[in-house]
Amino acid sequence: MTSIPAIAVDRLVKVYKTVTAIDGISFSLEPGSCTALLGGNGAGKTTTIASIMGLLQPTSGRVSVLGAEMPRHRHRVLHRMNFESPYVDIPMRLTVRQNLKVFGMLYGVADVNARTQALAEELDLVDLLDRPTGKLSSGQKTRVALAKSLINSPEVLLLDEPTASLDPDTADWVRSWLERYRATRNATVLLASHNMSEVERLCERVIMLKQGKIVDDDTPANLISRYGRTNLEEVFLDIARGRNEASEAAQ
Amino acid sequence: MSVQSPEYIAFSPRRVGAIVLRHWYVIKSSWPRIFDLMYWPMVQMLMWGFLQLYVAQHSNFFAQAAGTFVAAVILWDILFRGQLGFSISFLEELYSRNMGNLMMSPLRPGEYVVALMTMSIIRLAIGTIPVTLVAIAFFGFNLWAMGLALAVFVFNLFLTGWSVALVVAGLLLRNGLGAENLAWGIMFLFLPLTCVYYPVSVLPDWLQIFAWMMPPTYVFEGMRVLLIDKVFRADLMIQALALNAVVFAGSTIAFLVLLKSARTHGTLLQGGD
Repeated sequence: MTSIPAIAVDRLVKVYKTVTAIDGISFSLEPGSCTALLGGNGAGKTTTIASIMGLLQPTSGRVSVLGAEMPRHRHRVLHRMNFESPYVDIPMRLTVRQNLKVFGMLYGVADVNARTQALAEELDLVDLLDRPTGKLSSGQKTRVALAKSLINSPEVLLLDEPTASLDPDTADWVRSWLERYRATRNATVLLASHNMSEVERLCERVIMLKQGKIVDDDTPANLISRYGRTNLEEVFLDIARGRNEASEAAQ
Repeated sequence: MSVQSPEYIAFSPRRVGAIVLRHWYVIKSSWPRIFDLMYWPMVQMLMWGFLQLYVAQHSNFFAQAAGTFVAAVILWDILFRGQLGFSISFLEELYSRNMGNLMMSPLRPGEYVVALMTMSIIRLAIGTIPVTLVAIAFFGFNLWAMGLALAVFVFNLFLTGWSVALVVAGLLLRNGLGAENLAWGIMFLFLPLTCVYYPVSVLPDWLQIFAWMMPPTYVFEGMRVLLIDKVFRADLMIQALALNAVVFAGSTIAFLVLLKSARTHGTLLQGGD
């Protein structure tokens, strides 16, 4: 028996007036997997994530999350998902505790205070709970945004640059925490990041986007091997700069 | 670590409460915001109250119609701030770049609208209740003495204010903060046409047709009849309610259409211009 994919994207197309942001991409993510969505600026990562979250109506094609078609039936599953993105902020005038309480209530968390305390301890936010979010450093805000994205213990977690603005030590700590969370919760994680070492460490699959199309899809190790490179960053540069196409054309 | 997913609920009062709490936290953390809620209604009421005193000293009619200006300015404020309270709470989410968080949360549009309506009532109560008390102290005018009629007036004015606010919210979702000025200025269109300070009969005949298409006109006309003739015109309030039902239904449809359009054009995540 095959399980329902956590996320299924089928021939997704998104056109804004004359610009094709997503051009017929298809992929499917198994429950408990961690996948990276990589691509340069304008490759279509944010459009893809917004479509998965139900924020966008596709021009054509289908997106489903935990078996619910998006955006039509998004309300059946939004309480089981969450996300973190640099394109949104958490209200700055509210304290960290107030923000987590509000989002806990929005996501239907049964005991918001206990969940807030547990997350604060796990993400080293205890001393910051009663400070206004706007007064925190960018690294602290990133941890608060992460806490918000985990407030409902999501089964599907979409992360856009989750360790941006964090110092290397804290970033490493957050990655370890995400690995533990995913393993404990069997959560499906879709990660957009420009930190290739982070992707290599967290993800067993990489989907490469370029100009709205999937140009490669494999494990980090296979990609590195296939492109004859020593790390994922070099592979990324090959794809972004079209060196693989030039090489194929030459052959 | 919890491994329980929360249950799905079609309409959740708790989610409504979350939004109300979010805005309540903002209000209570800032005394300038509380002061701002009271400042302008108080200034307006004092100005119109003293003008009424002056005019009443020189006119037998206005001496008998004591309180009509003060009542008008307070009811106008209820209409204006009913819309503004809703719209400001909505704008707060755009200013703080939080709309994407809300749109990707389980919060449903209906719950959000109910929360914003609740916030407009709370904001109005903070701003207007002190004004009504000052009106008693300065001008001997007790708005609360209107009793049940006041409740009907306020309900109708809120319905109109919320209807306008819904359309503005839809335009903001669809067009971003480029449509912000509508939130601040659109209600002033109602000021001359709904005959806040004068009877409908003052308008030219052709303009009276438009005036009677607007629910607040019936409220302001009913208020004057109540204060001058001491008669509560239930027929006017029923007509206002019927018109409001049509206007509110139209606004809800417009909001949902604009929300769908925003989802198609990808403006939900942007929020800016």
